[in-house]
Amino acid sequence: MAIGIIRFPGSNCDRDVYKAIELAGGEAEYIWWNNEDLTDYDGIVIPGGFSYGDYLRAGAIASNTPVINGVKALVKEEKPVLGICNGAQILGEIGLMPGLFITNEVPKFNCEWVELKVATNRTPFTKNFEKNQKIKIPIAHAEGRFYTKDIDLMKDQDQIVLQFEGKNPNGSMEAITGVCDESGLVMAMMPHPERATTSLLGSKDGLEFFKGMLDSI
Amino acid sequence: MMFDTTVKVSLKPGMLNPEATTIQRSLALLGYEVKGTKTSNTISFVIEAESEDDARAKVDDMCQKLLCNPIIHNYTISLIKMDFTCGSCE
Repeated sequence: MAIGIIRFPGSNCDRDVYKAIELAGGEAEYIWWNNEDLTDYDGIVIPGGFSYGDYLRAGAIASNTPVINGVKALVKEEKPVLGICNGAQILGEIGLMPGLFITNEVPKFNCEWVELKVATNRTPFTKNFEKNQKIKIPIAHAEGRFYTKDIDLMKDQDQIVLQFEGKNPNGSMEAITGVCDESGLVMAMMPHPERATTSLLGSKDGLEFFKGMLDSI
Repeated sequence: MMFDTTVKVSLKPGMLNPEATTIQRSLALLGYEVKGTKTSNTISFVIEAESEDDARAKVDDMCQKLLCNPIIHNYTISLIKMDFTCGSCE
């Protein structure tokens, strides 16, 4: 019983996620991109980084690898899947989340602490928060501007999970930076919860995402 | 038949293109006042196919699956049949 962490050439937050899952009381294992059978895992995290050098578009190449077939199979079995940063961009390319994360309004890499609002706590990852609770987690991306054609549908289906509070650092539509699929079991977020897991780092709000995920399996 | 293929990928009209905006602003700093700056990517390769229609269908499939994201991109495909008899003496 373990959470699988998918590694692509260029993933670079995989070890942080591993530590975060350990801190949250769970067990984690790394999965290389060519592994198609993920039936041994209770949930999946696709960590951040620059998979395949962001060639073509961030996440485009990774979304066409064998491991993604395994992810799709787990989604059908209603297991939780969390995509963080580049992982979120990959979920966008696969079409497992509504919309896409594209180049920031000011097209530069932006790394800073931000305040977020938890817009819904119906997902396993946000169930330990109150609705509208403010949390502190860092962002680090150049392609994180949320865009969708279906904003009304997303609102109807309660698919907006996290929104920037106070300022919108990348020009995201309605300051959205975390979304989920209809079931709520697949979540894509640009902020890095694995970088906010102890007070020593500045915040431990991020740990709750992993605790919630572990509680639900 | 071999086809020399070029795929041009551009953002759909109305999509914010921060790279193009930055280029236009930079051109203005150099004294060049231009409008409507856009950026696009071109991807070129050679493909073997039964016919031009067959080649076009294959490349269209590639665009849908990998080369573009249909949510935000438009694309154009140009195919030139490679004629290997060209240059040989008859």
